[in-house]
Amino acid sequence: MVRVEGASFRYAKGAAPAVEEATLLAAPGEFVGLLGPNGAGKSTLVRLVAGLLAPGQGTVRLAGLDPARAPRRQVARACALVPQEPRLTWPFTVREAVMMGRAPRQGLLALPGPLDRGAVEGALQACDLVHLADRRLDALSGGERRRVFFARALAQEPRVLLFDEPTAFLDLGHQVAAMRMAQAAARGGLCVLAVLHDLNLAAAACDRLVVMARGRIVADGQPAQVLTAERVRAVWNVPVWRGENARGAPVVLPEI
Amino acid sequence: MILSPRARLTLALTAAAATVALAVAVSCALGPQPVSLAAAFRGVDPDAAIVLGIRLPRAVVAALVGCALAAAGTALQALLRNALAEPFVLGVSGGAALGGSLVLAAAAGLGQVATGAGAVLGAAPPVALGAVGGAAAATLLVFALGRLGGRLVPEAALLVGVVFNAFAAGVITLLRLLLPPAQQSRLLYWLAGAVGYQPPGTIAAGGALILLSAGALVLLSARLNLLTLGDEEAASLGLDVRRARTVVFFAASTATGAAVALGGLVGFVGLIVPHLVRRLVGPDHRLLVPASALFGAAFLVLADALARLLFLPLGTEPPVGAVTAFLGGPFFLWLLRRSARPEAGGRA
Repeated sequence: MVRVEGASFRYAKGAAPAVEEATLLAAPGEFVGLLGPNGAGKSTLVRLVAGLLAPGQGTVRLAGLDPARAPRRQVARACALVPQEPRLTWPFTVREAVMMGRAPRQGLLALPGPLDRGAVEGALQACDLVHLADRRLDALSGGERRRVFFARALAQEPRVLLFDEPTAFLDLGHQVAAMRMAQAAARGGLCVLAVLHDLNLAAAACDRLVVMARGRIVADGQPAQVLTAERVRAVWNVPVWRGENARGAPVVLPEI
Repeated sequence: MILSPRARLTLALTAAAATVALAVAVSCALGPQPVSLAAAFRGVDPDAAIVLGIRLPRAVVAALVGCALAAAGTALQALLRNALAEPFVLGVSGGAALGGSLVLAAAAGLGQVATGAGAVLGAAPPVALGAVGGAAAATLLVFALGRLGGRLVPEAALLVGVVFNAFAAGVITLLRLLLPPAQQSRLLYWLAGAVGYQPPGTIAAGGALILLSAGALVLLSARLNLLTLGDEEAASLGLDVRRARTVVFFAASTATGAAVALGGLVGFVGLIVPHLVRRLVGPDHRLLVPASALFGAAFLVLADALARLLFLPLGTEPPVGAVTAFLGGPFFLWLLRRSARPEAGGRA
């Protein structure tokens, strides 16, 4: 579903590559967590997959498309990106915002048909937003707002779902809820790729973890194999204690 | 609040269209000579001559200019994602004035050598073309220089617009010196933002440009919704951002250029009207653009009527641009203060 082969990208000529020779495969139904320190190239890799950036070298394929060159509407029907904290210049209502997920399937004036309404209602239900549907986005809490943009991505009916830090700035309850929604999307057959910072949350929820450091992918596999104490120390430069929870998922605690 | 979107659209557009009709009727009835509108439409002179020959064309020009400036303002605000964007403040109107003045000056120069050719170049259509070209060039400049580190910074773009306005005003002052005295006063009156008495051909040409470009902005309104989300989000929702921006940009420039060709420098209409209409109908551009265009038309017709009414005892008429600046200047400052407040989150 997502196939990145030897992809490199630099933001400016002569600058250090933000992503260097990255190779990554992700299948439908898989929930892949993308980890790494700040500046490791995680967000850049996600933008390469979404086609918002084009690789300097290597190839990116998304549901058979070259996402940086295929028509945007076609890419948007295959792939949705949940932004970190969207800007609200003029706040729409929740329903209006979720309806925008239908844009790649609508005509010039984006007039909604029965399919569009059905998809939006379904997404509102899945994200527990029905009671908030007519509220304005600026009247919601941060956690509720994040659910709206998740619902918009679901209404897009993509095959690949990309997240840029879905849990940033959320309290523990909302973090877990966000991870459960991403997990449910993967169980529903979507290919889910999420940039994550909380190693324990990622280890508990994801099927696979990919670790990046200085633009390169340095580990890719089952959470238990990827999150070793040595690797965390090497990549994040932090000594950690490592254990396992009752289900065998790794748990790491920094030693301060 | 419980109205369906379709009902809201119908209601808002009907109300807006009725307001335009009412404003035109008020404007036609007001003036130094008391007239009866009923008599005018029965063809009774002098009422008919005054209303149909003088006041109605003037109201139509005001309506066209207001419609164009409000629609362009709405579109520029979406492009810049900032409620302070407006054709006049951003220097787009200034660019149009400069373009029109350049053509006039060139015509005067050409007239020294070949009188006929000078007259052709100085006629309304080439001047209007110059204004549209100047508007497009100014918009390009503002959006190119407002980009810092590859990202469009609204505050920087607004500053570029302000500086460009001062520059354009200076160049126009120099150009004016090149013109014969009769042309000088014509240019001065035009630039002051006067919706005066235009020949029918000019109104028709300007009107066609304005209706086409405002219509294009209505058709682009769903894309404007996506553009307000930011480039990356708009692209991930299937919008070809660069192409959408280019088309919006040309439609807004054409509308502004044609408005300046018809009515000179009328400021702040594109600021006041979209802001008030947004409060009325919400942020959906599919409703906001047509409603702003209509209310903009009504607003400028009424502003022009008000200007004539207030100065009636003095036996003179101020240009409508003076009225809109009088209202719009303080309004801009109020919006600026409001959008700078942290809790407003810059949404003004």
